[in-house]
This record gives sequence, structure tokens and C-alpha cells, in this order.
Amino acid sequence: MIFEQLIDIFLLAFLAVISIAIVRIRNVLTAVMLFGIYSLVSASLFMLLDAADVAFTEAAVGAGISTILMLATLSLVGRDNEKPLVKKKISFLPLIIVLVTGATLVYGIVDLPPFGAADNPAQTHVAPRYIFQSMSEIDVPNLVTAVLASYRGFDTLGEVVVIFTAGIGVLLLIGGRRREEENTDE
Amino acid sequence: MSGLGIWNYLIIIFLMMTGLYMVISSSNLVKKLIGLNVFQTSVFFMYISFGYISGGAGPVFNENVELYSNPLTHVLILTAIVVGVATTAVGLALSIRIKESFGTIEEDDLHKMDSSL
Repeated sequence: MIFEQLIDIFLLAFLAVISIAIVRIRNVLTAVMLFGIYSLVSASLFMLLDAADVAFTEAAVGAGISTILMLATLSLVGRDNEKPLVKKKISFLPLIIVLVTGATLVYGIVDLPPFGAADNPAQTHVAPRYIFQSMSEIDVPNLVTAVLASYRGFDTLGEVVVIFTAGIGVLLLIGGRRREEENTDE
Repeated sequence: MSGLGIWNYLIIIFLMMTGLYMVISSSNLVKKLIGLNVFQTSVFFMYISFGYISGGAGPVFNENVELYSNPLTHVLILTAIVVGVATTAVGLALSIRIKESFGTIEEDDLHKMDSSL
């Protein structure tokens, strides 16, 4: 138990360091590779927090597909380094916004229920129904699958609609370009 | 709240704010999208932390286990991860089109072109 907590603390600190590195680095290709590492460390952390399904989705989709999409984009738009921001009076504004928002959120965590307690409000509403009834109602040992495909099936349908819409959007944005190029060739 | 919980939530807020800072202040559009993804991942951590029960098992049915983590948060985040990739793909496609039309994906240059039109 203590060992798990140490790994948790270490991985979270590692994530913070990686995110700082992504902000600081000017080379966009390096930033994308660092983001791949970030996703992989996130996946390990999800595993540590007992969320196996989330962990392998994040490893496959977050670290895999996202990184590949970004690399493919970089191969099309060129990987010029990010230009340093033009020094203006306004350049302090993002930092101030972020610090104020962060301070507000830190004030908010004081009222959160204790981390990992079994009687937290999040644990006592519908989760017991899913945990204790799904074996007799759905008969799938993996509770996440039972909730995803059956209890909240409409959610998953909505997700599929979103992916479909995004696919059509990408096709309209990039697919039309190919046709124009072919027309100009003729 | 225990020290581990405070550490968890502090890092989550830190990641969230790093992502927000990248979205606001990066001038490269691809880097802005990386910032958006970092922000999203921190929200995923927040949900999974809410669903975590210390000493509980992962939500796979087993006759010897009494205490499971909350499967509902895991389901919500599974959906969110996939939707996140879909939005990232649309954003990247947009930046490819912007590069073709304007020849750059640096926000400062785009603003200059916009005001010179």
C-alpha cells in the first residue's frame, strides 16, 4: 500500500515535470514526443488508480493515435520551431489569469471529500447498483463494459455520433483539397 | 484530507493550469492543441481520483472481492478520451488547412495577415 502511494507520488511529480518541459520547449516535434511520454505516464497512473480499462484506452488512443495524428500533421505543415512571443505589455496576462484560476481551484479542493474513502458521495449514488446488480442483470464480469454498453448505451451511441461527425469534418477539411489538386493537374 | 489526496489534487490543478497557459500563450497551433490535451488529461485524473477507493479492486467482478472502485467514472472517462481524440483530429485538420491558405501556423503571423487585409 505504502509502495503504491510512493509510485503515485513519483508519477504525478514526473507528469508535472513533463508538462513544464512541454511549455518551455520551442521545438514542436520535441513537444509532440514529450506529449507521447506524458500520455504513457498518465496510462500508468490510471492503472495505479485501479482504472485498467481507462489505462489501456489512454495508452492506445492518447499515446498512440494522438501522437501519430500530431506527427502526421507536422509532416504536412513543416516542423518550424515555435516563434517566441512578441514582447508586449499583454504578455503577463495569461500568467495572471492562470495563477488566479489556479488559486481559486486550490481554495476549492479544501472542501473535497477525503481521497479514497469508500463512503464518498460519488461512491454511494448509482455505483452500488452497478456493482451489485450488474452480474444478475447483464452478466458481464467486467463492470465497466456492462455500464458502457448496457446501462449507459445511449452515452456510447452519442460518442459514436461525435466520432462520426469528427470524421466527416476531417474529410471535408482535408479530403476536398486532394480533389482540387487533381483538378489543377488536369 | 490525507496528504496523498492533497498532493493528487494539487498536481491535477497544476496540470490543468499548465494546459490552460499553453492554450492561451503558445503561438504555434499544434502546441495549442497539445495544451488542450494536457488540460483534458488533468480532468481525466480528477474523475478517476474521485472514483478511486483505497484498498478497493478494479471494477472486474470477482467472488472474493467486496470493495470495487467506482465503474461509472471509468466509463465517463473512456468516452471522454475517445471524444478528445476526435476533437484533436478536427483541430489538426484545421491547422493543416490554415497552413495551406496562409503559409504559417504561427498565431502572431496570422494576426498580422488578418489586420493587413
